[in-house]
Amino acid sequence: MTAPDVLQPSSPEEAVSLFEAGVTVIGGGTIVVPELTSGRLRPEKAMLLTGAGLAGITRDGTRITIGATTPVSELVSLPAPVGPCAANVADMEIRAQGTLGGNLCAGEGIEAPRGDLQGAMLAVGATVRSVGAGGETTEPLEDFLPNRKDRLLLDVSFEEPAAGAYAPLIRPHAHDYTALAVSAARAADGTVRLAVSGVAGHAVRLPSAEAKASDAEAASDAAATDVTFADDALASAWYRNRTLPVLVRRALTQLQEDS
Amino acid sequence: MKLTINGVERSFDTPPLTTLLHVLREELGITSPKAGCQQGGCGSCTILVDGAPRRACLLPVAAIDGAEITTLEGLGTPEALSPLQTAFHEHYAAQCGFCTSGMVLAAHGYLEAGGTPERESIQEALAGHVCRCTGYVKIINAVAAAAGGEIEATQRWLPQPGEEAPVGIPGAPA
Repeated sequence: MTAPDVLQPSSPEEAVSLFEAGVTVIGGGTIVVPELTSGRLRPEKAMLLTGAGLAGITRDGTRITIGATTPVSELVSLPAPVGPCAANVADMEIRAQGTLGGNLCAGEGIEAPRGDLQGAMLAVGATVRSVGAGGETTEPLEDFLPNRKDRLLLDVSFEEPAAGAYAPLIRPHAHDYTALAVSAARAADGTVRLAVSGVAGHAVRLPSAEAKASDAEAASDAAATDVTFADDALASAWYRNRTLPVLVRRALTQLQEDS
Repeated sequence: MKLTINGVERSFDTPPLTTLLHVLREELGITSPKAGCQQGGCGSCTILVDGAPRRACLLPVAAIDGAEITTLEGLGTPEALSPLQTAFHEHYAAQCGFCTSGMVLAAHGYLEAGGTPERESIQEALAGHVCRCTGYVKIINAVAAAAGGEIEATQRWLPQPGEEAPVGIPGAPA
């Protein structure tokens, strides 16, 4: 096996200028390195972002901006649903190495959906700054997720929610992906956003449930129409369909108690 | 690239995405980090990078160029074990030993970060480490004892060269 050509940018500007679609981007390495070790992935070109200066959390009033290579462990102290969701990712060593960008951009796993933080970030209405075809764009996370393979994520920002909640299925072990989790957040203007992770492809919002968010029972009944589940190694579509209403109810109940 | 490993600076020349585990074991002959799953899932390759526990199998060396690495060999010697190693010995926390190096280093990181003897927080700190002998209870006992200050820095009953072991080992030939 020939070793890939490895780009090692030393500034955000250099990362932007070196990036092209098709390059294998490595943030912390927790997802890509096992693929390289096993030989499942043999890229011709890879970009290692460790030295690119894309890490860090900044606050501007109530706006929180998180750089792409900020370790997941640094998100643990952020408000719900982001903080509790970050704390529920893998184990402490992997949280300290894996990055927000890697978690959001992770391709679909072989056995199960990845990207736990996609759901929490959808619930807080995060916007993503990225580069790729057409240059730099800033767009809502839900528009970014379908195209994430071809773009380099630079940072993610969101308004601190007035209240937030995270309702996951309990993992049997720290190294299992969470089979299903519902994130909820209430914005300062009262808007409630709900999102579910553990869905094939990427996490999605639950618009029908959001429309009935003031009534947890009605919202939990409506949620099933917003998402189509798939069978995988963690859980069947049948099980996820029957668990989703429970998690929606839990998340909305927590949200009410939190405010 | 350069790394300071257990206080000694070492340079090596490998492709940048080579894992730290490969460099330690295959290039430098340091074999306490075990190559278990090599997918980040078992914890047996855990080492300390600048004092914090990390998976050596998940780290491309180029990502940690210049860092200080501590492996089990850097914690103590057979004559002067670290308090945590002593605790593992006294509490029978090693069985086959394959996970022990990773367990000890993760627990060392936990104690250095101010970890308490509370069992739940020890479990959280060691959540990524698998013991296939299922010796978890004794491992947690050992870490709790070290965290609670019940262990002295050097194991007193470890036989010195030329000395007999002061305790009988059950089942050992007479």
